[in-house]
Amino acid sequence: MSTSDVTRDGIRGAHPGREARVGGTGEQRWRPRGQRTAAPEYSPDSYYGLPVLNPPRWAATDIAGYFFLGGLAGGSSVLAAGGHWTNRPGLARPAKLVALGAVSGSVVALVHDLGRPARFLNMLRVFKITSPMSVGSWLLAAYGPAAGAAAITDLTGWFPRIGATATATAAVLGPLVAAYTAALAADTAVPAWHEGHRELPFVFVSSAALAASGASMIAAPTAQTGPARRAAVLAAAGELAATARMERRMGMVAEPYRTGWGGRLMKAAKALTVAGAVGGALLGRRSRVAAGVCGAALLVGSACTRFGVFHAGMESARDPKYTVEPQRARVRERAARAAEENVA
Amino acid sequence: MPTNQFSGPDPHVAASAGHRDAPPRYGFFTDTSVCIGCKACEVACKEWNAIPEDGLELTGMSFDNTGRLGADSWRHVAFVEQRKPLVGPPPDESHRGVDALAAAAQGVTVPEQGGWPAPLVPEQPGRGGDGGSAGDTDLRWLMASDVCKHCTHAACLDVCPTGSLFRTEFGTVVVQEDICNGCGYCVPACPYGVIDQRPDDGRAWKCTLCYDRVGVGMEPACAKACPTDSIQFGELDELRERAAARVEQLHGDGVGSARLYGHDPEDGVGGDGAFFLLLDEPEVYGLPPDPVVTTRDLPRMWAHVGVAAATMLGGLAAMFVGRRS
Repeated sequence: MSTSDVTRDGIRGAHPGREARVGGTGEQRWRPRGQRTAAPEYSPDSYYGLPVLNPPRWAATDIAGYFFLGGLAGGSSVLAAGGHWTNRPGLARPAKLVALGAVSGSVVALVHDLGRPARFLNMLRVFKITSPMSVGSWLLAAYGPAAGAAAITDLTGWFPRIGATATATAAVLGPLVAAYTAALAADTAVPAWHEGHRELPFVFVSSAALAASGASMIAAPTAQTGPARRAAVLAAAGELAATARMERRMGMVAEPYRTGWGGRLMKAAKALTVAGAVGGALLGRRSRVAAGVCGAALLVGSACTRFGVFHAGMESARDPKYTVEPQRARVRERAARAAEENVA
Repeated sequence: MPTNQFSGPDPHVAASAGHRDAPPRYGFFTDTSVCIGCKACEVACKEWNAIPEDGLELTGMSFDNTGRLGADSWRHVAFVEQRKPLVGPPPDESHRGVDALAAAAQGVTVPEQGGWPAPLVPEQPGRGGDGGSAGDTDLRWLMASDVCKHCTHAACLDVCPTGSLFRTEFGTVVVQEDICNGCGYCVPACPYGVIDQRPDDGRAWKCTLCYDRVGVGMEPACAKACPTDSIQFGELDELRERAAARVEQLHGDGVGSARLYGHDPEDGVGGDGAFFLLLDEPEVYGLPPDPVVTTRDLPRMWAHVGVAAATMLGGLAAMFVGRRS
């Protein structure tokens, strides 16, 4: 039954869905978030352009933020130990505090991203070497208290022996905390992460060293941040080299690192890193202000790298071509080799 | 036999996971050549497993309004409409548009099996007098009921940090919902895009191969409901034999495009517990052409992580040596 009336101002009382356009508007639950649907064309390379993989449900601020904070904490613990044992208390103390703050923030981010935050402790229910997240949880469980003890003993002056042990422990575990997140990302089917599994750990530790150096340049007196400034130059070179090598090896899967959000963030990261490291080396000793600005550039650059890697991975999971094309090339290669062997 | 291998064939997958006196490995053989797209499997799965409603929406792309597998779709029937004849050479071996002389000049190798068998479809009486056979049209519908593959080397299970995902005595892979804390790691780990998190609930969900039914000697709900036996449940070894015979039969009938997917224990995931007979390339159905369990490369990843961490520690320490500033 039609209940609508035709009036001078148009049709009144029509059922709102009467002229609904199938697939023409609105979002659909299985579509990548934020993408409008038009009736997809059939294409022989994919199933209506839908992703082959289920893209991660991780929130960028939680997980990329976690990568960044874990790196900042791990790197800071090494600088703190360096400062501790080379009599640079002005470097050691802020570095220890940064490490404690960053590792606390990273745990908050991790728990916040869980679908069932109340079950966080289930992470320590088993230990599985096959799961970087399991290994990482145990690492954090050991590193976090060490970083905390190092900071608190430094602040209060209590238990200097325990403080020294905690500082050393945090310095040894810190680089592992900074590096394991690369395996966490790479141990997935996400093409732009998995295909980078050789270089990504080096990108991540470089980025971690840059963030830690940046934080030290902001927080510590210039007379004591020489090691941080030199570390920034070395780490910047390392990050540029590792990233370039990773993209070269990946082939077409490197595309999301050059285009879209991933590309923009990676470019920003490069510019900030180089500016921060070079500026810090040239001016960081003379000017406290310049040291602060360069330190901030390094921190933001490191965050850009983490978010860039995160977004590149998400994009590579959403677009089926990054999954299908390299795999199809592999199949063809194998077929060609088999044919050659048959002929021979 | 090594019990901690990350890839390659594993004929005793339940035993490798620690089950003693495990029953034979069970699985699905989904023969898409007889799928009629009725979606009874999707409905039966939803009903039996009490999977919540997840939106009644029209995709506008085909009769497929489910879209893909996910937390609330453990069976998914794909619909593909193609301008291709059902009977004939495999789509990638069609010689239409190939310049034979140019190819000869380049020196092309001969196909391994000497090409596809000639169409052998008998003319059907009472079908009109045009002499065309039943399969001799330019249009075909591909329908395929997709499901969790219950991989021999399951990435979701490998990366699960809580032990919520586990290997059952039947060789299948199941989530324990009372343990899952919704970390979401299994979601991007799956090379097939099967497992997913339910947003309002937070936990990860996927096909259990009806662990509850199989445990008491019943077949999974989808296989039970399938009216054409496109979904066949049984012991994996037997299903593999049956599937190989079916492919041969179809090839004999001139359906050169028939091929098995996920049946090979030598593939990147050590073979699937749920495998398929397809009539086109896997990617046409939304399946990855050559999936590899990500943990195959994990030993190398850990090695690189170790070297990177040591480099960082050494590099930063070196910055403190020498100059006093």
